[in-house]
Amino acid sequence: MPYALIVEQLLNGVQFGVMLFLMAAGLTLVFGIMNMINLAHGALYMAGAFLAAALVHVTGNFFLAVIIAVPATGVLGALMEFVVLRRFYVRTHLDQVLVTFGLILVLNEITRLIWGPVPVPLPLPAILAGSIEVFPGVSYPTFRLTILAVGAVVAVALYLVVVHTRAGMWVRAGASNRTMASSLGVNVDFVFSMVFAVGAALAGLAGIMAGPIFAVQVGMGDPILILAFVVTVIGGIGSIRGAFIAALMIGIVDTFGRVLLPPALGSMVIFILMAMILAWRPQGLFPLQG
Amino acid sequence: MPLIRPATVQQFRTASFNERMAPLILLVVLLALVPPLAQALDDPFIIKLFTRVIVFAIAAVALNLVVGFSDLISLLQAGFIGIGGYTVAILANHDVNAEVLTTWPFVLVGTSNLAIALPLGALVAAVIAAVTGLICLRTSGAYFIMATLAFNQMLYYFFVALQRYGGEDGLQILGNLHVFGFNVTKRVPFYYVCLGMLAVILVVLDRLIDSRFGVVIRALAQNERRVVALGIPPLRYKLVAFVISGALGGLSGALLAASQQFISPADMAWTRSGELVVMVVLGGLATVWGPVAGAAVFLVLELVLSSYSIHWQLVFGLVIIVMTLYLRGGLADLWSLVVRVYKSESAR
Repeated sequence: MPYALIVEQLLNGVQFGVMLFLMAAGLTLVFGIMNMINLAHGALYMAGAFLAAALVHVTGNFFLAVIIAVPATGVLGALMEFVVLRRFYVRTHLDQVLVTFGLILVLNEITRLIWGPVPVPLPLPAILAGSIEVFPGVSYPTFRLTILAVGAVVAVALYLVVVHTRAGMWVRAGASNRTMASSLGVNVDFVFSMVFAVGAALAGLAGIMAGPIFAVQVGMGDPILILAFVVTVIGGIGSIRGAFIAALMIGIVDTFGRVLLPPALGSMVIFILMAMILAWRPQGLFPLQG
Repeated sequence: MPLIRPATVQQFRTASFNERMAPLILLVVLLALVPPLAQALDDPFIIKLFTRVIVFAIAAVALNLVVGFSDLISLLQAGFIGIGGYTVAILANHDVNAEVLTTWPFVLVGTSNLAIALPLGALVAAVIAAVTGLICLRTSGAYFIMATLAFNQMLYYFFVALQRYGGEDGLQILGNLHVFGFNVTKRVPFYYVCLGMLAVILVVLDRLIDSRFGVVIRALAQNERRVVALGIPPLRYKLVAFVISGALGGLSGALLAASQQFISPADMAWTRSGELVVMVVLGGLATVWGPVAGAAVFLVLELVLSSYSIHWQLVFGLVIIVMTLYLRGGLADLWSLVVRVYKSESAR
């Protein structure tokens, strides 16, 4: 394989990886703290993309649209948590699966009611539309580089917040032992609502960044949701570090798998990787202690 | 970890043999009356609908062995349906085109004989269930849910990428499916073949749940640690339950492919797995017959709602949410209510 192609695919893989990380981060924290499985996380990814597309249409400014759409998705997530999901923390996983499955149907259909079944365009601003020569002889789309940069910044910021701040300590305490953290004075319910909102906003951000590359359409969140689950399982549920490493691994392996292997095998390679890791370490690579 | 189990799991033991058999026989008799009724109404579509109900009931009843009785929430059942369906469709495809399937290690040819294709569909699904189950069952709780979901998607992508057999468009069955030359794919005979299989599966499963094996998997669902402390190794029991469930899922898929003369990756999408779990819960987790009622209500409701509006999934989603919030024991709870009322009436 020529050098330019390797570099380009590597960048594609890392870029896909950071996007997966944004999805998986919310999922893994929500799961880590509340032991809650949320299939409707993909709907938030879709919501982010649709909100941004609508806002670009209204304001005509991509950056303004992103700045509004990301917190708006966070608010939507908080609303979802407050109205429905909050009642399901003490229920079984089965009930959580069912209710979030119902939520997916409802949210997909509401989106279809508002925007219709046809994909909605999410145009890029001129400044991000071109491509840049990253290495001699290798040019790469500016927007994908931007995704990479934004994803990396968010990942580092999230890591610093979770590992080095008091709020992050509450999150980790809640994740490793909820009852103990609660009896030591951490308002775990409040922390969880915040984490849920932040997770929703990150999913929305991932959706917005995916919008111009893939299509903004109903159900766009489902495939990425399942990949985010794979990332969460490999990384170890509740672990930010695990999610980051697993996301990059999945992004790179998936990209190269599709290029190098025959299609039937290439589409399966990340799941085979997951199977091998689960066979070796059933709790994922970086399981939470406690 | 919250461990609130539906109280109905324990109720199974206390229900007498007759109490368990009565709804089962009632359901089968009702389903047997569908074809004459459809002929009286001159509406053959009803037979087609209820063939689908029976086929999905087989998959849901099988899934209940895992979800209801073993408390393992698998989102892989649609994957097994796809495996079974593609086994039948691929064998028929090779039969029609007169191409050999493989030449190594021995020569395999295609067939349109369902007496060979149906068991083979179940067998292939069982093998895949054994491999995936062995990996998924190393995990538990939410890991198990996510892992089964991922494997379902893996099987889905595999068939999407399989251009030789239609890829995303699916695979049509062009020849005539038969059983040793006898045509069984006519609507009514095929209906009774499916119903017969469902009836046998229901009775066998009822005996299985009451057997030593059934007691162990139900005990594992309630408290695995205690069962291990009794010296019973849990993995093999869970794996057997998972493989039986997968094999019957494969059989259901094989029947599905035969009934619609077609199979496509859409028949094995992960949402279909979710729908099957909904059927199981809607019917009632702790009963053998519940998922049959669940499948019937689900598919009929789907048909009715979709005839009113293209946005029927909105209502459907709300129904699922409300069901999860309030109808904990599913339709089976309504039945046990009937039994209780009847008993208190006759005691008077």
